Amino acid sequence: MPQIIVKNLGKKYKRYANHWYRLAEVLSWGYYHCHEERWALRNINFTVGRGEAIGIVGQNGAGKSTLLKLLVGTTQPNEGSIQTTGRIAALLELGIGFHLDFTGRDNAVMACRMAGLNKDEIRHYMPEIERFSELGDYLDQPLRVYSTGMQMRLAFSAATVVRPEILIVDEALSVGDAYFQHKCVARIRSFQDEGTTLLFVSHDPAAVKTLCRRALLFDEGKLIQDGEPDNVLDYYNAIIAKRGKDETIQQIETQSGRTITRSGTGEASIVNVEMVNSSEQPARVYRVGEMAKIICQVRINNEIECPNVGILLRDRLGNDVFGTNSHHLNAETQQISAGHTFLAEFLMPLNLGVGNYSLSVALHPGWTHLENNYDWWDQCLVFQVIPGNSFDFIGIASLPVEVTLKKERADDRNPEQ
Amino acid sequence: MANSSIQILQPVLIRFSAIWRYKDFVRGMVWREFRGRYSHSLLGSVWAILNPMALVFIYTVVFSQVMKARIKGVDDTMAYGMFLCAGLLAWSYFSDLLGRCPDIFIDQANLLKKVNFPRSTLPVVLFFSTTINFAIVFTIFLIFLLLSGRFPGWSLLGMIPLLLIQQLFTLGVGMSLGVLNVFFRDIGHIVKIALQFWFWVTPIVYPIDILSDRLRSLIELNPLTLFITAYQQVILHNQWPNLSSFKYHLMGAVVALITGFLLFRRLSGDIVDEL
Repeated sequence: MPQIIVKNLGKKYKRYANHWYRLAEVLSWGYYHCHEERWALRNINFTVGRGEAIGIVGQNGAGKSTLLKLLVGTTQPNEGSIQTTGRIAALLELGIGFHLDFTGRDNAVMACRMAGLNKDEIRHYMPEIERFSELGDYLDQPLRVYSTGMQMRLAFSAATVVRPEILIVDEALSVGDAYFQHKCVARIRSFQDEGTTLLFVSHDPAAVKTLCRRALLFDEGKLIQDGEPDNVLDYYNAIIAKRGKDETIQQIETQSGRTITRSGTGEASIVNVEMVNSSEQPARVYRVGEMAKIICQVRINNEIECPNVGILLRDRLGNDVFGTNSHHLNAETQQISAGHTFLAEFLMPLNLGVGNYSLSVALHPGWTHLENNYDWWDQCLVFQVIPGNSFDFIGIASLPVEVTLKKERADDRNPEQ
Repeated sequence: MANSSIQILQPVLIRFSAIWRYKDFVRGMVWREFRGRYSHSLLGSVWAILNPMALVFIYTVVFSQVMKARIKGVDDTMAYGMFLCAGLLAWSYFSDLLGRCPDIFIDQANLLKKVNFPRSTLPVVLFFSTTINFAIVFTIFLIFLLLSGRFPGWSLLGMIPLLLIQQLFTLGVGMSLGVLNVFFRDIGHIVKIALQFWFWVTPIVYPIDILSDRLRSLIELNPLTLFITAYQQVILHNQWPNLSSFKYHLMGAVVALITGFLLFRRLSGDIVDEL
């Protein structure tokens, strides 16, 4: 018996040019159609078995959140049907309808009431919410003084205090700190062991891979992939890369407008930057340690010596992670006359920690870009590193490491004796 | 025939049972609404009593002693104040509910978007929370009457069915307004203006018998007129209201409630999308 059956599901939103059109439509009792229809989701079919863990991925506006709202029941479908069995607990975006003027405890009690718990049950579960959220004194403070992370802790603790049959989590985990995220994941895992069905929306492929055995990929309101997270995420990456490529082309077309990120004297310029994986396909998501090739197309505008090409990887916070240039790498310079282009290709394994990184590229005459720049293109593309098949680690670098465990002999322990 | 009436009643019954299952939630929301108003003050809910006390004091003592307004046929300096309170308290019960109905769904947008709970509980919450406010004010007024030796007597009980009809009618109209206001936010503003006019075409500050016959027959078209004059008769003359004259009002209340309910049922799916 499946836990969730979605049949031919469709949800449309009406869009009116202004409110008068809406009024005209109402007054004419629907005779005049004055709205545009936009299908946020259409022709969606899938079933979820009991205890399955499903990751839902897709770009912004793909229809993920709409699907969750339909599953939770806060909004109604225009077509098709949804059948669910069992109690649903949902963390849609942030919070679960909290009121800022009331204390954390009040809000938790209210959240339980909305979940349909009665007074005695709430009294019974409150200490558990208190314990799990670890908010301490803050629990009796108004929610106004909470940070987003604390609100999320309270929301998660209250929503999951009773094991639901279906747990729906929309991006909520991403605001908690690492410690609480681990706690949440542990609780989700134990629910899964007891048979809870999980639906998990995330932009973080790493989280989807760790929690889910199946993934659904949505794009422009359609379900385009349903399968193993690995395969689905690969397909997703291809979509992102395709979009990303279009973006770089657009950026070049609007180059003049991007003066902040493009700078330089202009004797040579970067025409295009692409990042491809080992099968020469443009990609924006790589596994830890995966080979990547950065290809920079450079045009020489004036008669100059062949410029050095430099790359710089930065993490999400803008810290330099790794940078080098063709001079340091002893690349053989080429004689290229004005008006011609050449390619600089950097081939490297991405031995980086899991996270988002940006790539900047620079052209300069000397050893470094510090003296003079022909062209400097900040953050020309962004890519993501997700857990690979090797060992787990933390931090921003994946250092080659080996470990051996040796048993000590008794006389080794105290050499003085 | 019996079958079709069951078909019509079924969604109503489903919603009533949902509201009953969520009675703790309703109680919590009413309590929260009450406390929320005084949450940042030192005296807290004491204000809930001080405010109406000031109101009753002003209308009774100040109006009768300072302005020396009199009611024809009643030989009591306090009479005008009592007359005023009888009409005004019932009016504010009415206008409080009707004025807040348009925002009923908009105010709870955060909740409606994120949590699935029976939305039909929201009008119930509003009904109880305005009723509590009225009960506090009216109790203070009654205490005042008791202390000043002007307590009317058993006819007070006759006010209860009238107030119920009045408020159920208001809730029915208000639910329609609440639903429509989600789509056309002008309705909230229109209601606020309409209430101001409505106040003056209801015999609250003036007795209806000072009006000319022509004006009086116009004012009597206002459905509230009969209610308000009945309350005034109870307070001033201890006169049991003539309940049978309210049968059309009762029918109106039922029609308003059904209309509100149907509109709500028809559009409840679209409400969340529009918030």
